Amino acid sequence: MSDDIVVTHHLTKRYGDRLAVDGVSLTVRRGEVYGFLGPNGAGKTTTLRLLLGLVRPTSGGATVLGHPPGSPAALSRVGALVEGPGFYPYLSGRENLRVLARYAGLDRVAVEAALEQVDLTDRAADRFKSYSLGMKQRLGVAAALLGESDLLVLDEPTNGLDPAGMADMRDLIRAVADSGQTVLLSSHLLGEVQQICDRVGVISAGRLLTENTVADLRGQESLLVRADPLPAAEAVAGRVLGTDRVSRVDGALRLSAGAERAAELTRALVLADVAVREIRPQARTLEEVFFEMTEVS
Amino acid sequence: MMASVRAELARLARWPTAWVLCGTWLLLNLLFGYLFNYLSYRSNDGGGFAEPGASPAILLAQMMPENAPVTMVQGMPMFGGALVLILGAVAIGSGYGWGTWKTVFTTGPRRLVAIGGTLGALGIVLAGLVVVTFGLDLLASYGIAVAESQPVTWPGLPEVAQGLGAALLICGMWLAAGVLLGTLARGPALAVGLGLVWSLVVENLLRGVAGLLGPLERLTDVLPGTAAGSLVGALGALPQSDPNGTPGVTTTIGGTAAVVLLGAYLLAFVVGTMVLTARRDVTS
Repeated sequence: MSDDIVVTHHLTKRYGDRLAVDGVSLTVRRGEVYGFLGPNGAGKTTTLRLLLGLVRPTSGGATVLGHPPGSPAALSRVGALVEGPGFYPYLSGRENLRVLARYAGLDRVAVEAALEQVDLTDRAADRFKSYSLGMKQRLGVAAALLGESDLLVLDEPTNGLDPAGMADMRDLIRAVADSGQTVLLSSHLLGEVQQICDRVGVISAGRLLTENTVADLRGQESLLVRADPLPAAEAVAGRVLGTDRVSRVDGALRLSAGAERAAELTRALVLADVAVREIRPQARTLEEVFFEMTEVS
Repeated sequence: MMASVRAELARLARWPTAWVLCGTWLLLNLLFGYLFNYLSYRSNDGGGFAEPGASPAILLAQMMPENAPVTMVQGMPMFGGALVLILGAVAIGSGYGWGTWKTVFTTGPRRLVAIGGTLGALGIVLAGLVVVTFGLDLLASYGIAVAESQPVTWPGLPEVAQGLGAALLICGMWLAAGVLLGTLARGPALAVGLGLVWSLVVENLLRGVAGLLGPLERLTDVLPGTAAGSLVGALGALPQSDPNGTPGVTTTIGGTAAVVLLGAYLLAFVVGTMVLTARRDVTS
């Protein structure tokens, strides 16, 4: 079986005059957590709906697990939470999952396992309409986890969760990925994506701006040094690393070097009678990268 | 398909709205089919809910067990149909508001299998409702016969089969109309509103002006309400124009034509629902 779990080719969806998704070509590989980033209204949810067969493309195409989006062969191996949880308000959380399990031909053991995974067993007998936003979201994730799927599609899964719930959700997603499932995660919470995703695709105004690993997008790590006198520090750093790897930024030095060179540099600076006030590794956050990209676009 | 039917039955069985609608129908059926007529008969003034000039003897005959199959269906062309139309519209339309169709469609079954499951489950609910209605009508009519010292004659099997079949066809048609409206509107409120306005107001208005406009008369002869009322009329219920008659019952077209028309409407509504569900984007 191919290692490309999701492949889209120039996927396009037009609503009247508005291009919601504009020629998106992306690839989600087996076993990875793929972050789908973009501001509100960028086309993330529409793309996910296209991948699940909920909406049909205007042009272009896609395969999910080697099958057309929305086909029973694909959906039987996909768990999904798209644009908020949709459940019967008069049923309890457990009853809702049992209805879905019946549709999917699953037994009650799968329902209890899913409730356990999202830590909702204690409130599973309560009606869905009495749930808080965070509990509704967790039930939505539980529905996506029903059965044994190869691909988990989660659209803003941490919406409405408190900080502890967000941390739990991150752990759950990582655990799911560690068990071999592929996760396609849409989010506008960049810190969240930075922490748990292996690769990301950035979408803005319907167009995919880039697709890369988180590390490559953030670029090489650097060291930030604040020291007195700064010219002497600059000279020492230039001798140790090479002058082309030293630059001044806002009254400090930015050195193109990893954290493993910090001790060596500190020693050299101190031996040259330079007072080192601060030395720390620094990398661009995904948020900085994201804003650069979306502002340019 | 059976998995989808079971899933839908499980959630419909726990849905208070379905119970309220079915309970309302059972209550109205007993009130208008038996209680009010019996009170009218007992007051012996031919008034109450009967037209002036209504015959107490006919009134009593309508309430006897022998006539239970006809009494059961006589309220279905109008308020019975309206109630099952509401059931169909909210059963489908609410799913768009709650986002449950989106959830179901991403769970695995084909859209047509999922919507077929809902239609199947609603059909089972309807069949159960019709059987319970008939059972209650038999009980009520038996009680009145005993209270009035009338001989108890049970309806024959052919009459029972005709009554149950007609009830299923009429209510099935209105239910499917509600389902189609719920699918079209992608929500319950507009679907219910449109359905009720059509079934309770527009058809009657059209019949009212049909006498003035010849071509319109031919159109009103083939409306869903006309077909439903005509089938009930063909079973022997007295038409609305009779002092002992029931609103909605008519003799405009024959029984066979009514059956064919109702079957055609039922099929068209179901096919329309299937096509819309299969082809449209699910955006809510």
